[in-house]
Amino acid sequence: MVPFAGWSMPIQYKDTIMDSTLNCRSNGSLFDVSHMCGLSLTGSQAIPFLESLVVADVAALKDGTGTLTVFTNDRGGAIDDSVVTKVTDKHVYLVVNAGCRDKDLAHIGAHMEAFNKKGGDVKWHVHDERSLLALQGPLAAPTLQLLTKEDLSKMYFSDFKMIDINGYACFLTRTGYTGEDGFEISVPSENAVDLAKALLEKSEGKVRLTGLGARDSLRLEAGLCLYGNDMEQHITPVEAGLSWAIGKRRKAEGGFLGADVILKQLQEGPKIRRVGLISQGPPPRSHSEIVSNSGENIGEVTSGGFSPCLKKNIAMGYVKSGLHKAGTEFKVVVRGKSYDAVVTKMPFVPTKYYKPS
Amino acid sequence: MALWACRAASYLRISSFPRAFSTVLKDLKYADTHEWVKVEGDSATIGISDHAQDHLGDVVYVELPEVGTSVSQGKNFGAVESVKATSDINAPVSGEILQVNDELSEKPGFVNGSPYDKGWIIKVKISDPNELNSLMDDEKYKKFCEEEDGTH
Repeated sequence: MVPFAGWSMPIQYKDTIMDSTLNCRSNGSLFDVSHMCGLSLTGSQAIPFLESLVVADVAALKDGTGTLTVFTNDRGGAIDDSVVTKVTDKHVYLVVNAGCRDKDLAHIGAHMEAFNKKGGDVKWHVHDERSLLALQGPLAAPTLQLLTKEDLSKMYFSDFKMIDINGYACFLTRTGYTGEDGFEISVPSENAVDLAKALLEKSEGKVRLTGLGARDSLRLEAGLCLYGNDMEQHITPVEAGLSWAIGKRRKAEGGFLGADVILKQLQEGPKIRRVGLISQGPPPRSHSEIVSNSGENIGEVTSGGFSPCLKKNIAMGYVKSGLHKAGTEFKVVVRGKSYDAVVTKMPFVPTKYYKPS
Repeated sequence: MALWACRAASYLRISSFPRAFSTVLKDLKYADTHEWVKVEGDSATIGISDHAQDHLGDVVYVELPEVGTSVSQGKNFGAVESVKATSDINAPVSGEILQVNDELSEKPGFVNGSPYDKGWIIKVKISDPNELNSLMDDEKYKKFCEEEDGTH
C-alpha cells in the first residue's frame, strides 16, 4: 500500500504487475478508483459554464454521451484532464483526478461564483457519497451483463446511463484507462464492497483485483496521458497531442481559458510535441533525457517502463517539433548512458473500445 | 480509504501484499540494502536476496558493471529494473570484478526465479576480508527483514 493524494492505495494485490497487466487484456481487471473525484454540474447554464473552462464542445454531445476533455488555464496549459458526460441539457457529470481534486474544485468553484454573480445558473455536487470502480477487459461486458437488465450491447464507448446494477443505483460510463473495452461504475459507497464481490464472483475468478502498478502499465501501453507526468500546467492540449479533443466549434469560437494561445498553436503548430517511443537498454523513466544522435538535448521522457504485453521498453515524452514523426531515431539517457530509441505511433497496444461497427 | 478493495480482498482470502515467507540461505552474508555475498576463498559472489526480488516484482533488466573495474563496500555498482521501479545494487564488499553474470542480459527473470543461484550478479576478488564482519548472518538478516516489513 502506498499513500496517494491523501488515499491509501494498493500498487498491487496478490498478482504481480506483469501478470495483472496481461490478465486485464486476456480476461479482465477490477480497479478501485474511488480516489477519483466525481462531480455533477446542474442548472440551465451548466454547459455554457463548463465550456468556459474546458476545450470540448459539450453542447454538441448527445444526451448520455461523453468525451475526454482538458481544463485549461489562461496560458493555455492543462489544469487537469477529465472525462465529461452530458447527462442532459441541464446536467453534466465529470470525473477529475484525485491529485488535482483540491486545485480543480477551487478553480471551478471560483469561476462558478463569478459566473453566478453575473446572473448565471449553475450548481454543483461533489459525489463523495459514491465510490468508483473500473471494470476493464474482454470479460467486462459479459460479467457486468449478468448483474443488470440493461442491454449493454447497445451501449457504446463514451456512453453514459444511470441504471441499476445488482440492485444498486449506479452511474455507468463505457470508458476506462486501459485501452480495453470496459466501464467505470459510480456506486453508492455503502454498496461498493458488495458490488465488487459480485463482479469478481460472476467472472468466476477471471476478473482480478488490480492495483495502481498495472493500471499505469496498461494506460502507458494504450498511449494515454497521466496528468502530472505527461500533462502539466505548462503543457497545452495541442502539445500533448489532444487537439482532437478541442471541438470544431471551439476551434472557431474559442471562449475557454487560454484560447488565444491554443488557437495560435493550432494554426502555427506547437514547438514541442508528445511522442511515443520504444527504446533499448534499461526502461527509461520520467525525466530521462532525450538527445539527438549527436548528443544535443531535444526533450525529456515523461512516463516510461517495460511493457508487459510487448516485452519492450515503452515511453512517452516531449521532443522538439520536427523530430516527432514515427520512425525518427534518437537516444534516451538512463543513468548516464545513451540507448537507441525510435519514435513509435501510439497506442503501443491496439485499443479495443466498443464502437458501433 | 480505498477500503472496499481491502475488504473485498480479505473476503476473497487473498493478500493485498505479495508477502510469502522469503527464503534466507544459511551460509551467506547479507547487507542492509538486501544484497547477499557467498564467500569462497578470496572471491565473493554477489546477488540480491529473495526478500529483495519479492519486493521488486518482475525483473526486466539488470544493468551490469564491467569486468576488471572495482566496486567499494556500500557503493552502487549496477541496477535492477522491474516493470515499475529501478533499484540500485550496492556492493556488500569491496574488490575487483572478476566475472559478471552475462546470462542476465537475456534472462533477467533469473533474479526472481533463482535469486541465490542462477540470478547471481557479479563475482569479485575481496580486497578487505574485514569488511565481511559488518554484514549480517542469516538469522540477523531474517529479523531485519521482518522488522522492515513491519514498519511498512
